[in-house]
Amino acid sequence: MAVLTRERSVVDRPPPAPRNKYPKWARRAPLLPALIFLIIVTQLPFVATLVISFMKWNSLDPAGRGFAGFDNYVNVFTDPDLRSSVVNTIVLTASVVLISLVLGLGLALLLDKKFKGRGFVRTMLIAPFLVVPVAAALIWKHVLYNPEYGLFNGILNWLGFDAQPDWISTMPMTAVVASLVWQWTPFMMLILLAGLQSKPIEPVEAARIDGASPFQIFRYLTFPHLRQYLELGGLLGSIYIVQNFDAVFTITSGGLGTANLPYMIYQTFYQAHEYGEASAAGVIVVAGSILIATFALRVVSSLFKEEAR
Amino acid sequence: MSRIWGVLAWFAGIVFFAPVAWMFLTSLHSESDAATNPPSLAAPLTLDGYTEFFNSGAWPPLINSFSASIGSTIIVLLLAIPAAYALSIKPVEKWTDVLFFFLSTKMMPVVAALLPIYLIAQFAGMLDNISFLTLLYCSMNLPIAVWLMRSFLSEVPREILEAAAIDGAGLITILRRVVAPIAMPGIAATALICFIFSWNELLFARVLTGVVAGTAPVYLTGFVTSQGLFLAKVCAAAVVVSLPVLIAGFAAQDKLVQGLSLGAVK
Repeated sequence: MAVLTRERSVVDRPPPAPRNKYPKWARRAPLLPALIFLIIVTQLPFVATLVISFMKWNSLDPAGRGFAGFDNYVNVFTDPDLRSSVVNTIVLTASVVLISLVLGLGLALLLDKKFKGRGFVRTMLIAPFLVVPVAAALIWKHVLYNPEYGLFNGILNWLGFDAQPDWISTMPMTAVVASLVWQWTPFMMLILLAGLQSKPIEPVEAARIDGASPFQIFRYLTFPHLRQYLELGGLLGSIYIVQNFDAVFTITSGGLGTANLPYMIYQTFYQAHEYGEASAAGVIVVAGSILIATFALRVVSSLFKEEAR
Repeated sequence: MSRIWGVLAWFAGIVFFAPVAWMFLTSLHSESDAATNPPSLAAPLTLDGYTEFFNSGAWPPLINSFSASIGSTIIVLLLAIPAAYALSIKPVEKWTDVLFFFLSTKMMPVVAALLPIYLIAQFAGMLDNISFLTLLYCSMNLPIAVWLMRSFLSEVPREILEAAAIDGAGLITILRRVVAPIAMPGIAATALICFIFSWNELLFARVLTGVVAGTAPVYLTGFVTSQGLFLAKVCAAAVVVSLPVLIAGFAAQDKLVQGLSLGAVK
């Protein structure tokens, strides 16, 4: 397990400045297939989304297709369902990211200690992240949450409690959040553990000799070093969880006030056939993502620049 | 003191692993033993859940998933390795800008591109076609693969490349004898991570495929509204569908962090 070995450098060194031994086109040639492919497949659809968002277009009413101006955007912003889906997306993303970051930090700190069977515990902790997301959501919905024969109520029964709550209908959002926290805590733990293990050991030794308490060492040495890893984990987690579809689709089918934006767009387009409105909602999601992505790119780029040091 | 940390870590590990262990155990129980309250831990084991799963049309979706995941992984590697070479070993000018362009496409939510892609597929008669899905998975994984491969290729020591060039080795020889052996573990890790992401994908597969090209995650959505005695079967299905990811993930576990953080963390 190479990750467990202490590694000093966080990021690799940069390639040196290009030298002019080869003509420019020869340097660029290997890059072009990937670049062109990516521009065609990922950028053009967004342009199309932008165009369709200004159109009146319901696939069940092809004759009524035409220019709509900002109507779709007005509809999106005045539709209470869509507005609540924006709130749901924020609540879902923020709670999953924060809770799994805190739990992941705790687990990473534990795994950074020496104890018997550390490799095995690490393997057990990674497992939830390696269950296919739909499968994990199905297991939580049917096997753990089920009010009659689910494992949670089974455990309550074992422990002698009379309560047999219907988890999903009494606390739908918490149910979705819990299943996602279970899947994403290992991800945060892995990133933070890599951060802990790249921490130089000498300052900690010196502080300990100078009589610093374990808390002071954590507060003034470990935590500042971990900060960029916490940021990275938080931002990557946000990017993935903002887009979450699987858990919402499987556990609540978007019902009980848990529909997030991806689910809402899926439904507007796939079931309601409102192409214009779905696109307008898509444009809003893109705008929101650009906001998060700008911060994320800044963090990645600051990690990246450390290479040059 | 250290004993307390060890006990705590073991406790946390067991709590997080419990749902996975329970999934395995339930998949080996009979349907009536799987649906009891309190749960029956020591019920006799049987493979009925698995037989039931494979007898209900599970093979075509599994084969579709394999062909989309493996196909897209191969295409991604063919595109990403030369691109990463042009961003690390023989970098083009403004290579950081290009690199960050790749990354920025990954940060755009796929759901916003869903409708136009659906319309294109409909127009081209490619709905419910596994090749179209494969192509989409390529675009989904290409930025990750470029970032990862770049971070692995820049680990090739420059001195060795220069020494080989001075000794008169041509480009092909350098690639084959110097770069490939050093980059191989990185290529393997990149392939495994791309495989996992394609295998897990649900939203595109759900919208763009149907009866013919449905993938394993789409097959699993058939259980969303299931009622009655089906717990052993759903657990068996979850185990079988997750197995390739568990294998690939544990095989790549050394490089998993590097892959998930797009090479930013080692």
